Amino acid sequence: MGHPAIESLGVMTTQTPPADAPLLQMQGIDKSFPGVQALHDVALQVRVGEVHALVGENGAGKSTLMRILGGVHQRDRGEILWHGRPLEIRSPLEARAHGISIIHQELNQVPGLSVAENIFLGREPRRALVWVDWTQMRLRATRLLADLGLSIDPRRRLGTLSVAEQQLVEIAKALSSEAELVIMDEPTAALTIEETQRLFGFIRDLRTRGVAIIYITHRLEEVFSIADRVTVLRDGQYVSTTAVADMTLDELIRLMVGRRLTEKFPKETVAPGEAVLEVRGLTRAGVFEDVSFVVHHGEILGIAGLIGSGKTEVAHAVFGADPIDRGEIYLDGRRVAIPSPSAAIALGIGLVTEDRKRLGLILQMSVRANITLPVIRTLAPAVFIRRRREQALVAQAIRDLHMAVTSPEQLARNLSGGTQQKAVVAKWLQTHARVLLLAEPTRGIDVGAKVEMYRLMVDLARRGVGIVMISSEMPEILGMSDRILVMHDGRITAEFPRERATQEAILASASGRPPSAV
Amino acid sequence: MRFDRAVVHAALGHLSLTPIRNVLRRFGIAIAFVLLMAILAVLSPPFATASNLFNIARQVSINAILAAGMTFVILTAGIDLSVGSVLAYSGAIMAGVLVSSLPLLVGIGAGLALGALLGLLNGVIITRGKVQPFIATLAMLTMARGATLVYTDGRPITGLPDAFVWLGEGDLGWIPVPVVIMGVVFLAGHLILTQTVLGRYVYAIGGNEEAARLSGVNVTVYKTLVYGISGLLAAVSAIILTARLNSAQPTAGSGYELDAIAAVVLGGTTLAGGEGSIGGTLLGAFIIGVINNGLNLLNVSAFYQQVVKGAVILLAVLLDRRLR
Repeated sequence: MGHPAIESLGVMTTQTPPADAPLLQMQGIDKSFPGVQALHDVALQVRVGEVHALVGENGAGKSTLMRILGGVHQRDRGEILWHGRPLEIRSPLEARAHGISIIHQELNQVPGLSVAENIFLGREPRRALVWVDWTQMRLRATRLLADLGLSIDPRRRLGTLSVAEQQLVEIAKALSSEAELVIMDEPTAALTIEETQRLFGFIRDLRTRGVAIIYITHRLEEVFSIADRVTVLRDGQYVSTTAVADMTLDELIRLMVGRRLTEKFPKETVAPGEAVLEVRGLTRAGVFEDVSFVVHHGEILGIAGLIGSGKTEVAHAVFGADPIDRGEIYLDGRRVAIPSPSAAIALGIGLVTEDRKRLGLILQMSVRANITLPVIRTLAPAVFIRRRREQALVAQAIRDLHMAVTSPEQLARNLSGGTQQKAVVAKWLQTHARVLLLAEPTRGIDVGAKVEMYRLMVDLARRGVGIVMISSEMPEILGMSDRILVMHDGRITAEFPRERATQEAILASASGRPPSAV
Repeated sequence: MRFDRAVVHAALGHLSLTPIRNVLRRFGIAIAFVLLMAILAVLSPPFATASNLFNIARQVSINAILAAGMTFVILTAGIDLSVGSVLAYSGAIMAGVLVSSLPLLVGIGAGLALGALLGLLNGVIITRGKVQPFIATLAMLTMARGATLVYTDGRPITGLPDAFVWLGEGDLGWIPVPVVIMGVVFLAGHLILTQTVLGRYVYAIGGNEEAARLSGVNVTVYKTLVYGISGLLAAVSAIILTARLNSAQPTAGSGYELDAIAAVVLGGTTLAGGEGSIGGTLLGAFIIGVINNGLNLLNVSAFYQQVVKGAVILLAVLLDRRLR
């Protein structure tokens, strides 16, 4: 990969761009989806051979911007200049043809095929049009991997490689299509520290070859170890582009957060009672380690952490859905064993899962059947389900939670996201849970429904329920928790009482930095 | 049991569909059945006689009872290919016990116990051994057939007591005994699926196994149970078939699993699980039975009958997909 930009330009265009034209310029980009203005007047400028970090909170518009660049979405307004000339990107194929390559967060690979087949998927070298030229494919794959300093046999099945190696193969694939710009979306989410260092080595190598990289990450310390410049987005708007050398982590966090939190949170502090759930030394090898915490009656304990920090897995383990290797769980002071979700339910623990469609609800069943599923045994004292009692319970839950349903018989799949989430909570109201584990309780639901969910949490806390709220959304962690734990790499790294918690301190602990270093 | 009620009952409320589609969706298969009956009644006068209709019901009962068990299995998103072989094996054991002049109930009990046991074994292999239902029950299909051949030495077992034969050939009042048995099975199946915890769990597991587990459903136990039910009902079918043939045939029931699956799918239960009803299955079994009978009466060659039967099944399912 040389610098095709400079060589080819003057000949091709009438209006000669300046010789130092940036590789990519996006200006005044607007994009809205039904009901949401995702991007407003966003700009991004990437130079040849630089590592450009793109940061922002969840929902800041990073992914939308990259999908526009990758040809997945079309912008409503604004212009894209590529080597200083206007560019239309109508499909992912076109993006790739122009030399823009995206390495997705979730890898788009076929684990059952070989490394070489994955690299050349859809662009296999052919012989006589129809036959795959296996020799050629293997040779080119070997050369490509060797270029990256990788000693992976291209004949190995991709599924047998580690996640890090798969990530590197994905990068090799991006290089094989002679990309000039590689977009990496949270590439280190699944990597260990060493693997991350290795990845950084490759990125630096790419940079020296003149390839530009857009690097999206939530781990802000990575910005400082790998990026040359950083662009910050906030609430779908462009905030700033700065040379990394000229800024500090503190400044970066302030740019990302920007606003002060307004009263979106109907928080009321309930005087906490006795400890209801205590977890000591909970360990699941390779997932989380030595996790200990206490939740009191009437308390909302927030657990913050990045994707892959192990926070959701802890909730699943406490609920008996995943096995644990070590550790003790106490409920109201009594040591309990929780080998299965049904044991957890019997003990009065409820889990509102992070993915309500995949784990929380049975979409083709009615609202009624979903809500009563955890307690249906108690509604059938002899053989038959007491239909009247079931209907009464469901009617009560629909009233209590103000659920927007046309009838209790409406199918769960036809409900809005917010109502679905209420239905999941309603399940655990039936079991009279003492402890409620809420994983990402407001993910993907609109602002109004969020506030209702928060009210519900306060209401439950007032009734003495101990609530553990696991969330990646910083505002709700700060706005709703009485106490906040922060997890990083499977361990609890910090604990803050509500009064002393700041977004900066939590972000720092979540990225594995001691708060004092900020 | 009334067909339309059963369908409506278990359809679990498809409220988002437009009214006409809704009616077609809920009653489509019943309408198709009525149309089919009307056409055959016009084309062939002997079709609509009481004796012929009872004859059809008697013939249908065997497949219908297999299909009832299959409905439970398919609702959990599983499949049971072993029912035909399990039928043969439990029929052979029944006959074997009966010809050694043990009491009637001992013979029937032995057969039913064997069927349930083989079904539970399927369930344990699937849930504990984590084997795909298709593979586990395919293996059972072969093993149970082999065991039948070993037990019978490849020869039919004959000389069954009259009391047993009555279960296949006799009448209770004016209703054939197999039809009574079928009625009891379907009524019980309907009540279980719509009114009991087991039924609720069956739909939940088929709809979303992981969500069901996280709601406290013991998926392992209930899935195992469902295969046990399928095995038990295969043995119930064995009673009727063995009695009607007045002998246990080592090759009895081969290929029956496919007719049972066809009846379930015709009845509107999706192979993906979680949606469907046992009332629909009964209709599905009757449609297959009526087609067989009608084509016989119309003197269509047995070879063409298969073609027509397959085409009708395909057509019905295609229509059903369109309406969804």
